[in-house]
Amino acid sequence: MSDNRNVKIRVRNLSKVFGSQPKKALELRDQGLKRPEILDKTGQTLGLSNIDFDVHEGELLVIMGLSGSGKSTLIRCLNRLIEPSEGEIVIDGENIPDLKDKALLECRRRHFSMVFQNFALFPNRTVRQNAEFGLEVRGVAPDERREAADKSLKQVGLDGWEDAYPNQLSGGMQQRVGLARALANDATVLLMDEAFSALDPLIRGDMQQELLALQHRMQKTTVFITHDLDEALTIGDRIVLLKDGEVVQIGTPEEILTQPADDYVRRFIEGVDKSRILTAESAMRRVRSTVRDSDGPRTALKKMREHSLDSIYILDRERRLVGLIDAESASQAHEKGKERVTEAMTQDFRSVKRDEPLHNLFAMFHDNHFPIAVVDDRQQLQGVVVKGAVLDELAQAGEA
Amino acid sequence: MAIDIPRIPLGDWIENSLNWLTSEYSVVTRGISRVTQTGIDVLNDALMWLPPWSLLVIIAALCWWLAGTRLAIGAAAGMALIWNLGLWDPMIETLTLVVIATLVAVIIALPVGIAAALSERLYRTIMPILDFMQTMPAFVYLIPAIPFFGIGSVSAIFATVIFSMPPAIRFTTLGIRQVPVELVEAADAYGATRRQKLIKVQLPMSLPTVMAGINQTIMLALSMVVIAAMIGADGLGSEVWRAIQRLRPGDGFEAGIAVVILAMILDRVTQSLRKQRKS
Repeated sequence: MSDNRNVKIRVRNLSKVFGSQPKKALELRDQGLKRPEILDKTGQTLGLSNIDFDVHEGELLVIMGLSGSGKSTLIRCLNRLIEPSEGEIVIDGENIPDLKDKALLECRRRHFSMVFQNFALFPNRTVRQNAEFGLEVRGVAPDERREAADKSLKQVGLDGWEDAYPNQLSGGMQQRVGLARALANDATVLLMDEAFSALDPLIRGDMQQELLALQHRMQKTTVFITHDLDEALTIGDRIVLLKDGEVVQIGTPEEILTQPADDYVRRFIEGVDKSRILTAESAMRRVRSTVRDSDGPRTALKKMREHSLDSIYILDRERRLVGLIDAESASQAHEKGKERVTEAMTQDFRSVKRDEPLHNLFAMFHDNHFPIAVVDDRQQLQGVVVKGAVLDELAQAGEA
Repeated sequence: MAIDIPRIPLGDWIENSLNWLTSEYSVVTRGISRVTQTGIDVLNDALMWLPPWSLLVIIAALCWWLAGTRLAIGAAAGMALIWNLGLWDPMIETLTLVVIATLVAVIIALPVGIAAALSERLYRTIMPILDFMQTMPAFVYLIPAIPFFGIGSVSAIFATVIFSMPPAIRFTTLGIRQVPVELVEAADAYGATRRQKLIKVQLPMSLPTVMAGINQTIMLALSMVVIAAMIGADGLGSEVWRAIQRLRPGDGFEAGIAVVILAMILDRVTQSLRKQRKS
C-alpha cells in the first residue's frame, strides 16, 4: 500500500473453521481444497481462510462482501466474540488470540467499541444508560461516565433524548444511540457491523455523511462491515473485498474501480455509479500554460495563441490562483492600453480540490464553460478539468 | 409355560434409601423442620393478629395499587364472603403455607434456573428431573414427607415445594435463554464479565418471564397445599377433607369456593406485577 501510517491492527493468516475438527479442515485447505469440498469431506465449514490485512491508525477500513463471504465472522474474530482457529491479530503489540480470560476482557474494554446491525440497545435502559454501558462495565465513576455519555450523545445529535427509552426512538435515532455508546467508551478501535444496513436509504445516506464528518474530526480507527459496494466506496479509505472467506482485493475505492483484481471484482463493480466515486483528480489534465499577475495582456494573448487556448489562468508569484482571463477581454484590455492582466481578469470560474467527486463537476460545467481549476489547500493550481475529459474518464471506467 | 422373571424390587429400593436418608440425616431434617415450623407460626400469628377487616382493607388497597379498582372491589367482596362463611382462619392458614412454600421454592429455583441457563450440561441434567418432578402424581410426595418431617404443616411445605418448584426453574432458564443473542454479544463486546452480563443484561431482560414462572409456582403451591390436608396440613384443605369424611357436599363447596377466591386474588396480583415490569 502507498500508505505509510502506523499499523494499528495487523491480521495475518487468520482462519476460522466452524466445527469440531478445525485441524482436519485446515489440512485439507492446505492441500488446496475449497470450502464446498471441505464441507463434503469433513462436515466442517471453512468460514475464513488465510486472511491478511492491516488496519492503519486513524483510517476507515471497510470490509465488504456478500452474505456468506465471512465478513461478520471476520469482525467478530477481531475482538474474539468468535474464536479464530488459527492466525495472528496483533493490536499494539498484543496478539489477541493468545489472551487469557482477564486479559481479553481488558483488551476489549480498552481497544474495541462495537456498533451492531440491529442496534443491540438494552431496552430496559434509558438512552443515557445505554451510552454509559461500556464505561459502567469498566467501573468508571457515575458522574464521569454520565458526562462522557452526554457528550457523545451530543456528538451524534441526541441531546435532549437522554432519558428516553430506545423503543421511543426511530431506527436512525436508535443507531445514533448505538454510535454514542461506542464513542463514549473511547476505545481505540471502532467496529461497525453492518451498522447502517437496517436503516432506510435516506437516513442511511445521512448517517454515512455524519460518520465521515465524525471520522474527519476524531480520526478514529474504524473497521466497517458492509455488503453494499456503494456504501463501501462512499465511506472507505480502503476496502478489503472478501469472497467465500478469502480476500479478493485490498485497495482504495479508486483502485478497486480502476484496477479490479479479477473478474469477480469486475462483475461486482459493474453496477456502481462511477461518477460518484471517481474524483476530479482522475479527469485532471496538466495545465499547458499560465500567466503571472504582473504580466500584461499582450503576453496573455501570445501564450493563448501559442497553446491554442480560449482562456488562461493567472497566478501570483507563489503559483496561487488569482483569476482567469479569456482571449476576448485580453485583446480589449490590450487595445485600451491596460498594463496588467489582473485589470481585465474574471473570478467567474470554478475551482475544486483533487478529491471532489466527478459527478459534482457536471453541474459546474452546466452554468460555466471555463475549464475547472483544480487547486490544493494553499490555492496553488494543480491542473484543470475540461468538459470532455470528464466524459472520457467515465466512458473508460465503464469499459473497465 | 410362563417364564419366571423375578419382579424387580423397585419399591423396596426406594423405601430402603428413604429409610436410610431419614435415619442418617435426622439432624438435618429436624433442623429444617424446626426452622420451617417457626416461619409458619410467625407468619400465621402475624396474619391472625390482624383483625379480618384490616387485612381485608390492606389486601384491597394492594390490589387497587397494583391492578386497579375492579380487582380491589372483587378481592374485597371475595374476602368478605370468606369471612362471612366463617372460613377466615383456615384461609389465613392456607395463605401462610402458600407464601412460605413459594418463598422456599423461589429461593431454590432462581439460582438453579440461572445455572441451568448458563450451562448446557446442567440444563440437560435438570430438565428430565423437572419432568419427573412434575409428572409424578402429587400425592406420592406426601408419603416420604411424613418420615422426614412427621405429620403436619412442615411435611406439607416439603411436598409443596417439590411439586411447585419446576415452573420457576423452567421459566427462569427460559427467560435467560430468550435474551436476544445480540444483546449478550453487545455486553461481551464491551468487556462485561459473566457476572456483569447476568446482572446488567440477562436478569433484567428475563424478569417478565421469571415472574410468569413465579405466578405458576404460586398456583401450583395453592393446589398442593389443599391436597396436603391429607397429611395433616391446616387450612381450607382440611375443611374440604373433613367435608369428604362426613359426606357434607355443602361444606366442601364452601371451602372450595374460598380456595378459588384466594387463587384468583393471588393470580391477578402476581400477573399485574409482571405486566407492570414489562411496561
